[in-house]
Parts: sequence; structure tokens; C-alpha cells
Amino acid sequence: MSAVLFFIAAIGALTGAIGVITLRNPFYSVLALVVHLICLAVLFLLLRAEFVAAAQVVVYAGAVMVLYVFVVAYVGGGEELAGGTALRILGPLFAIGLAVELCIAMLGSALKGISSKGAPYVLGFGTPRHIGTLFLTKYLFPFEVASLLLLAAAVGAVVLARRRRGLESEDEELELRIRAPRPVYTGTMAEAAGTRAIESAAPEPEAEAEEAPEPTHTGGW
Amino acid sequence: MAIGWYLTVSALIFAIGAAGVLTRRNPLVILLCLELMLNAANLALVAFSRMWGGEDGQVFALIVMVVAACEVTVGLGLIVALYRRRLPIDVDELNELHG
Amino acid sequence: MTATTFGWLIPLCPLVGTVIISLGWSRLPGRAAGWIGTAAIGLSFACSVVVVVSLLGKSPEHRQLTSALWNYAVTPGLDAKMSILVDPLSVFMALVVSGVSTLIHLYSVSYMNEDRGFNRYFAYLNFFVFSMLVLVMAGNFVLLIVGWAFVGAASYLLISFWYRRTTATRAGIKAFVINVVGDVGLVLGTFFILRHTGTVDFLKTFSAVHHVFHHNQTDLVAGCLLLLVGAFAKSAQVPLHTWLPDAMEGPTPVSALIHAATMVTAGVYLIARMHPLFEEAPTAGDVGAIGGCLTLLIAATIALVQTDIKRVIAYSTMSQIGYMIMGVSAGAYSAGLFHLMTHAFFKALLFMAAGSLIGAMAGEQSLDRMGGFRKALPFTFGCFLVGGLALSGLPPFSGWLSKDDIIGFLDHRGGGFLILGIAGYVGALLTGIYTFRMIFRAFFGEPVDQARELEHGHLAHAEVPRNPMTGEEEDTEIGFPGPGHFVAEREVPMKIAMGSLAVLAMIGGVLQIPGVDRGVQRFLAPSFATSKLAHTDVASGTEWVGLVIGAAIAILGIAIAYRLWVVRPGAPIELRQRLAPIHRFLSNKWYFDELIDVLVVRPALLVGRVAESVFERIVIGGGVTGGTIGIVRAGSAAVRRWQTGFLRYYAAAMVLAMGAVALYFLISST
Repeated sequence: MSAVLFFIAAIGALTGAIGVITLRNPFYSVLALVVHLICLAVLFLLLRAEFVAAAQVVVYAGAVMVLYVFVVAYVGGGEELAGGTALRILGPLFAIGLAVELCIAMLGSALKGISSKGAPYVLGFGTPRHIGTLFLTKYLFPFEVASLLLLAAAVGAVVLARRRRGLESEDEELELRIRAPRPVYTGTMAEAAGTRAIESAAPEPEAEAEEAPEPTHTGGW
Repeated sequence: MAIGWYLTVSALIFAIGAAGVLTRRNPLVILLCLELMLNAANLALVAFSRMWGGEDGQVFALIVMVVAACEVTVGLGLIVALYRRRLPIDVDELNELHG
Repeated sequence: MTATTFGWLIPLCPLVGTVIISLGWSRLPGRAAGWIGTAAIGLSFACSVVVVVSLLGKSPEHRQLTSALWNYAVTPGLDAKMSILVDPLSVFMALVVSGVSTLIHLYSVSYMNEDRGFNRYFAYLNFFVFSMLVLVMAGNFVLLIVGWAFVGAASYLLISFWYRRTTATRAGIKAFVINVVGDVGLVLGTFFILRHTGTVDFLKTFSAVHHVFHHNQTDLVAGCLLLLVGAFAKSAQVPLHTWLPDAMEGPTPVSALIHAATMVTAGVYLIARMHPLFEEAPTAGDVGAIGGCLTLLIAATIALVQTDIKRVIAYSTMSQIGYMIMGVSAGAYSAGLFHLMTHAFFKALLFMAAGSLIGAMAGEQSLDRMGGFRKALPFTFGCFLVGGLALSGLPPFSGWLSKDDIIGFLDHRGGGFLILGIAGYVGALLTGIYTFRMIFRAFFGEPVDQARELEHGHLAHAEVPRNPMTGEEEDTEIGFPGPGHFVAEREVPMKIAMGSLAVLAMIGGVLQIPGVDRGVQRFLAPSFATSKLAHTDVASGTEWVGLVIGAAIAILGIAIAYRLWVVRPGAPIELRQRLAPIHRFLSNKWYFDELIDVLVVRPALLVGRVAESVFERIVIGGGVTGGTIGIVRAGSAAVRRWQTGFLRYYAAAMVLAMGAVALYFLISST
């Protein structure tokens, strides 16, 4: 019985994966991934990892994928243009090679446990209680670090995606970014060296540019 | 099923994810393929945890999930920023960081 | 305090003087630097006297003392320490050097009075005396070479003292370059000797010579010849002599000190000090004697036609040093050194008097424009006369006794040395002629304008200061001579200095009168105790014959000069026209400068040019630097092609790499 379930879940996962990489519309790819994730959760259950399976469904398929859906809806991304490079053919080839190699590595290895069904079952294996105990005793430090990581990611995402000036359109924002003189010691070398040229090429600074070119900064150095 | 089967599935999913990263041009889809690879790793971890009988692998898998979530967040933030700047959402066009 | 402590003090005093003047040069008021300098050398002289007295108080076997302060490099095969050797020879030299230097410092206090570089001058001059004293007091080759090099440096600094004069700077460079050739010779010679003896210490080397070398062994001869190169360069002997006349670009007291009394005698000192080596390699000694002889003749002939008064005296120095070198190379050590001492007296005196005369001429140095200064400058004339008579070798002046001492020794040695002795007499004749040519032309005859003005009590001043050699206009700011001109009649320090030297030139001969007293020889005997040649005792009868001949030749020379330049003033001009080619040859200094230009300077320039255009530009610029640049550029271009900016290529590379690593582990684990 469990073998049948295994095969259904495995084939579902593989199909979902193939769907992710082949479907043209990114939205469909996201949905394929969701299917893949749920099949994977089933596989986890078969491996007696209850908490991980639940986390997979709730966090991964539930939250992360929803985020993906939002972004795909915002960004869009339609049909991909055809045409490409040699990687269109080489890519799958590399991947096949990788797969073969990994299988050989795993199955040809001397690990004896591979051919077994696993260690004898201990009551409570994979339950939230055991995982929680581990998190709060042996793996306390990674637990805390992981939360810090989440904080960093959240802050980073907010910073990356925010608007700068609030009310101006993006066009003006871009232009100002090019024209307004940089403070000293910022920018690339080319800009620092060529700021003078850009400054002199730009017309009178607009009224909005509050950072008026300071008369003493001639070259940025 | 023997643990080896799960590991084979994991390897296959990993390879499929790698193929996707190498072939697709939409950064969103590339991120999705990265997720695939991470999930494959998760599966392997949980399988080994079952083999050894300790939950350490599962804890590791949970942390991997946290990391994946963070990475997705930041990656999607990047893509949103790209979109805001009216830049093409195509990794082949975004190649100015070159030598 | 022991003799060696005072021995250390001898070079230390001028060193302290230099340091004080150098550090306080901008703050020392008025002529304080001059007095400090003079006092420093005076102290040094006092210490030398103390050492002499102390040495005389010891028995002759114990008169060679060494003292080492610290070790530079003491290893098997080399024992370089900072050590001095206090023995009669070094103390004799120290006495002469410090004594004459004190008087010259005193003279300079007046002579350089209004020069803007007054303090710098005294710092340099003290530094020079310090180096010279290090040279003579050195107890091993290392310190000797240090002193030798410092003296060369001081000479350069002082010759180009008026550094805004192009002629002066060129002369300084010329002197230094030729000196460096000598330095190379000296160092290489030391090495040749060190290789066999294994020690740089003088006393140890000398005692080892007989065991380590056999008679005229090639290495020893080569080493001694190289030492001779050093001696010849420093003492301005042919063929390394061309720098000395040009060195007259320096201030007159510098010419007096360095290029008459002290530095140029370093070569003589070297040969005298190394006498055990030279006696073991007589070939080198013979070469030295012949070189000295040639120089004395060549220089005397050139001095006959020179018009610049300082250059006459410079060639005279060259000639007299030829005598000394001839003497010490042949074994007449005490005679040669005695002549060194008396020569220091009368040559310094002549230079000082010339300085006074040049001051009266407002900077003009050419004999063609001088005349009739007898009434205007009586004291200077008297000094010139004393110096000239001593130089020509008239009895009873000191020069007579010392010069004929050398010639007498050579005659006594016989064989080839007799020829050298006769050449010495010929040189003495020429000496008398050119010396008194100078004196008669400058002091006899019609007084020139400057003389006439001075008779009325007014010292002449040139409206526009000019370079005496080229006539270029100058000014009197720093780097050029100052506006003041000084004559001995009006300056007390100059009078004291010149007077002392005149007295010494007159009576200095009493130290070594044959048959009566052999003061110098007896004093120096412990230094030459092991010498085979030094003990040849010339019978006093033969000596007196030589002295009489010498006196007669001197009188003959003076008489010829008198006839040519006083009695019949037109005669020299006729003679010159008749012997025009000879005159031209001598005026051009036997074309030595041109010879060296063709043999040495032009090939060196050619090599430099070829090196620059071919080797530097093509091989190094193109090949080495260009090649390296090219390789780096090609390499980075090749690497740059991998940085495409395409995300997927990077990803592909990562996948490939990962696969490769896994493959490696897979294979290595099976």
C-alpha cells in the first residue's frame, strides 16, 4: 500500500517538476510547483516526518507560493521569446549528466542503510514534540540565527522594492538620478572622473534638485 | 520503500531543477527552479533522517525551508525593483555586470 | 691619559668642530664659525704634540701602538675593527696636517670674511681635516679607505664651493671621478693583499708579508700596483693628474690646504706606510719611482708656460709630489716625508701669498695682468720670496735640504736610480725658472693700475665680479665669491698665518742636516724598522756634494729667470715666438686632457648611448616591461571573456563544477 502511494507521489512530484521547467507561462509554472510541493509533502509523510510535511504545506506551499503568485501577477511576464543560446541544448544535457552521476554516487555507495526501510521506528519520531525539543536544546543557535535571517530578508525586501520619492513618476526619478551630482567619493571611477563632463553637459539644474552642485566639487575627488 | 528510492527521486528532481536554471530566461522561473533544487535537498535530508533514526535531518530540512523563504523574498524583491525600473525581465538582457 | 687616547682625540676634535658648525650654521654669529673651526684644529694639533712627546718618552721598540674602539666585522679571514695606529709615521703626518691646517683656518677667517657661505666653508674644511686625520691615523685598511673616500668627498665639496660657477662644479666632478678611479685601485689592491694575508690590520699585515709572499710574487705586485693607482690619483701624478689644475677653482685657502699640503700627500703617506709590501715587490716600487719622475718633469715644463698664478703653483705642487713619490718608492722614506713637511710649509705659504695677491687684483688671477706689486704689497712679496726660495732649493731654506736629501738617496742607490736622480736635478732647474718667472712677473716691472691704487692706500675693487677663467659675469650672493677682497698687509690673521709659515719654511730644514742631525729619520725610524732600504746611510761627504750641486742648480735657475724676465723683458716673447710649437704643446698641458677624452670619456659616452638606445629601449622597455605587460593583458583578456554577464552561463559553470567535484569524490572513493 505504501509502495503504491510512494509511486503516485513520486510521479506527481516529477511531473510537477517537469511542468515547472517546461511551461511557458510563469503562472502555470508556479501552479506546477505547488503540485510538486504537495506531492513532496506526501513523500515526507511516508518517511514519517509529520512536522516537516505540515510545515511544507503550510509554509512553503501556503505562504511562499502565495508570495510568488502575487509577484507573478504584478510583474506579469508573458510568453517567453523563443530563440536562445547553446545552453538550450547543453543545459538539459548537463542536467542529465548530473542526474546520472548522482544516482551512481548514491546507489553505488557503500551505505548499507539505503537498501533498508530505515531505522526501527521510535514512537514520536517526527512529531512536533521531538522537533521542538531539538530546536530548543541542541539546535538553539541555528534556530535563533534563522530568525535573524528572516528579519534581514524582510528588511531587505522592503528596502529593495520601495519607491524613492513617493510622488514623482519613475521617469523623472531616473533622470534625476543621472543628473544630480553625486556626493564626493561615491559612484564608480568613471562617474567620478566624468562627473565634470556630465555636470557641464546638463542644463541648469532643475528646481527640484535640492542637491545643487556645490561649486567647490569639481571632479568628485 | 527502501530509502534508496527516495534518494533517487531527490536526485532526479535536483537534476530537473538544474536543467530549468540553465534553460529558462525568466528570472521568476529560474527562482522557481531553484526552489525545486532546494526541495530535492530537503527530501534527501528527510530520507537520511529516517535512515539514521534521528530527527536531526528534519531539523536541517526546516532550516533549509527558512533559508529558502528568505531567498525567495529577496529574489522577488529584486524582480519587483527591476520591474519598477522598466528593465526587461530577462536574464539574457540583464548582462551589464561583465568584464 | 695614554698616547692612544690622545691619538683618538686627534681626529675627534675636527669632527666635533664640523658637527657644531654644521648644526648651528644658521645661528652662529659673525665669524664665530671660523674661530670654532680654527680652535678645533688647534686642539688637534695640541693633541698631536702631546702624542709626540709621549712617544719620545718611550723606547724605540715600543713606539708603535694600536687601539681599537670596536669591531666592525671580525670573522675568520677578516678582522675589520675601528682601530688607529699611533706610531711615529702617523703622528708625524698628523702634526704636519693639523699644524698647517690650523694656520690655514686662521688665514681663511680673513680671506673668506664676506663670503655668504662662510659657515658652510668652515664646516667643510673641518670635515676635510677630520677625514685626513682619520686617513693618517688609521690602523687598518678599512679605516684608511674610509678616510680616503671622505677626503675625496671633502675635496669635491670644497672645489665646487662656489657652486654657481659652472667651471667650479665641473672641476669638482672631474676631481671626484678621477679620485674614484683611485679609490677602486686602492680597494682592489687591498683585496689582493688581504686574500693572502687574511688580515686588514697594518701591523699584522706587515709582519705577515715575509711569510705569505715571496719576492715579486704576481699577486703582491698586482696589489701594490693597484695601491699605486690609488696613490697616483690622490696625489695627482701622471696619468691621473688632470684634476689638480682644475681644482684651483676652489677658494685659495682650499688650494693651500688640500691641494698642496695635505690631501695630495696622502699618496706619499700610503706608499711610505705600505713600505714592507713595496719592498717585497720592488717592481711596483720601480713603477712608482718612474711615475714620480715623469710627473715631476712634465709638471715642471707645463708650469713654465702657465699664465694663471694659481695654476703655476698647482703644477709646482704636482712636480714636488713627484719628488716625494719618487723618493718613497725608491726607499728614501724619511727624506720623502721630510720633503713632504717642508713642502707643506712653503707651498701653503705660496698659496696664501697668491691669495693675498689675487685679493689685491680684485679677483683677477692672470699673470699677464699683474706687475710691479713690490711696493704695494711688501709683506706678500716677502712671503712669496721666502716660499719661492724654499721651493727652488736655495740654501739655507728648508726646501734645499729636503729636496737634495731625496736626490742624494737616489744617487746613492745607483743603477737606474741615478738617472732618476739626474732627472731630479733637471726638475730643480726648471723649478727655479718657473717659480721666479712667477715672482718676477708679478712683483717686478711696471706697476699695474691695481698696484698703483694700492700704493696710494686704496684697495682695488672690480665693478662687475667676473669668473677669472672665463670672464663671465657673476654676482656676490651665495654660491659665488663674496664682495670682499683681502690682502695680508691689512689683515692680521693672514699675517700671522703667513708669517708663521715663512719662519717654518726658513728654519724647518734644521731638523735634518746631514752630518749634524738626522732628526726626522731618527724619529721615524721605528716605523721603518723592518725596512731594508731605509737604513742605507749615505755618507755625509757624498751628501754634501749633492747639496752643493743642488744649490748651484737653484741659483742657475733663478739667474736664468732673472735674465729673462727682469733684465731683458722682451726676451721671453721672442723665445716664445721662436719655440711656438713647443709653447703650444706645453700650454695645452701635453694634451693629456684630450687624450683622456678620446681614450676614456668618449668610449664611455658611446657605451652609455648604445646601452640606452639598444639595450634599455629595446630589450628592457620592449622586451621585459612590454612583454610582461603584454602577457598580463593577454591573460586578463582571456579571463575577461568568461565574465559575460549572462546569468545562465554562470549557472552552467557552477553545475559543471559541482558535477566535476562530485565525480572526483566518486572516483577517489572507489
